[in-house]
Amino acid sequence: MSITNDTEGQSARANVGQMEARSSATLNAPRLAIKNVDFYYGANKALKGISLNLPEKQVTGMIGPSGCGKSTLLRVLNRMYDLYPGQRATGEVLLDGQNIIAPGVDLNQLRSRIGMVFQKPTPFPMSIYDNIAFGVKLHEKLTKAQMDERVEWSLSHAALWGEVKDRLSASAMGMSGGQQQRLCIARTIATRPEVILFDEPTSALDPISTLKIEELIDELKHQFTIAIVTHNMQQAARCADQVAFFYLGELVEVSTASQMFTAPREKRTQEYITGRFG
Amino acid sequence: MPNEAEHIVKSYEQELKRLATLLTEMGGMVEHQVADALAAIITKDSNAAGQAVEADPKVDAAEREVEAFVIRLLALRQPMAGDLRQIVGALKITGDLERIGDYAANIAKRSIVLQQFSLPYTLSGLAHMSRLVQENLKNVIDAVGESDTDRALDVWRSDAVIDDIYNALFRELITYMMEDPRNITPCTHLLFIAKNLERIGDHATNIAETLYYAVTGESLLATRPKGDTSAYAVVRPVRD
Repeated sequence: MSITNDTEGQSARANVGQMEARSSATLNAPRLAIKNVDFYYGANKALKGISLNLPEKQVTGMIGPSGCGKSTLLRVLNRMYDLYPGQRATGEVLLDGQNIIAPGVDLNQLRSRIGMVFQKPTPFPMSIYDNIAFGVKLHEKLTKAQMDERVEWSLSHAALWGEVKDRLSASAMGMSGGQQQRLCIARTIATRPEVILFDEPTSALDPISTLKIEELIDELKHQFTIAIVTHNMQQAARCADQVAFFYLGELVEVSTASQMFTAPREKRTQEYITGRFG
Repeated sequence: MPNEAEHIVKSYEQELKRLATLLTEMGGMVEHQVADALAAIITKDSNAAGQAVEADPKVDAAEREVEAFVIRLLALRQPMAGDLRQIVGALKITGDLERIGDYAANIAKRSIVLQQFSLPYTLSGLAHMSRLVQENLKNVIDAVGESDTDRALDVWRSDAVIDDIYNALFRELITYMMEDPRNITPCTHLLFIAKNLERIGDHATNIAETLYYAVTGESLLATRPKGDTSAYAVVRPVRD
């Protein structure tokens, strides 16, 4: 009798030195490119040499402790700081090859291309319909029918149409906080921006309204490039394709969300997201 | 496990330490259970066999405790990064340890049957394999306790040797069975025992992989050093 093995090559041994490549979701080409941006509040340097791409039709989450510069960066991206004397930015922020922080940029036009949604809902004290139409009228001349269509489109894409279609002439001030925030999102997308900036958009909302906004962001990213500043780490993990961690005005680490929240490269990131910040 | 700085929330820090302790205690139980099971075979110690079998429900209970603790931590703390890897790693490691405990109990039960037979051959090959498996198990459990990735890698690499011994034992035992049909019962039990030992080695390797990922965030390459070729063995009668 004999005992044989009827296959060959069973003695292959693994090479321990080879490690599996880090899992990385693919990021699209940049829609907005931030290059070596510094920002000053008077003499105080609040952003130090920030370089970051916002991939097109994807969500970039920005996290970091209070005062780390993430909201400041959003303010740079649509030139909000221009409203305040003594604040200035240097470096480049390229949108379609144009440096939007250079002098001579038409700010009204810029802000219609880069919309912003704030922490607290800020509806205008006017009707739901007019809240949407107001911004559109500044940039476009539409017929009544076209404007009706735009209002419906905006409210539908902000997941609000079904709730308000029968009371468009009612005051926006009577809506719930979550509805007001979705109205603000509708108002922002009404001018058909290319980039939407969200500055802690759900920190004033209850959990269900928060989930609705998150669902909305997931829908909106099919059409818009999005940046979201959030203090809610799980929210960043859920919403973002790419996450940037800021600390003391510096960009410490930028990775895909899955990488950032399972195996960040930098010790400071690891300590911050696990709640070990000293 | 992989973090140097203390967590801001003290109770969370304590829970992570408690999880590590639970895992180390379970590792100790399983290590002891395997030692008893192997003593039952090698030194024909029937007391040890009984202890190994009796330990099994305790090991199962330890697994359930770790599982419940992990689920609680996931729900309450929503862990991230190193914490997430440690907690999920603990869940996987506890599963591997529980399986090792099952194999040990199975070995112990077979040892009781084997005592009815007088074996016409030594168990030196099996004893050698037992030592290697126990060494790997001890090393990997210590590595878990100390988050020692170097030691985990040593275990991961050395599993291939255990597989080689298993292949040799497999052939040896089949040869005895072919020589004399009266060997079939004890040798079949010995084959299962050897296979159980080989599987314990594999689970130790799994633990090493899990630990490596939990500590470093990097996965070891999927192709791990597997060397059990008995699945491909064919026995052919040789005609005169």
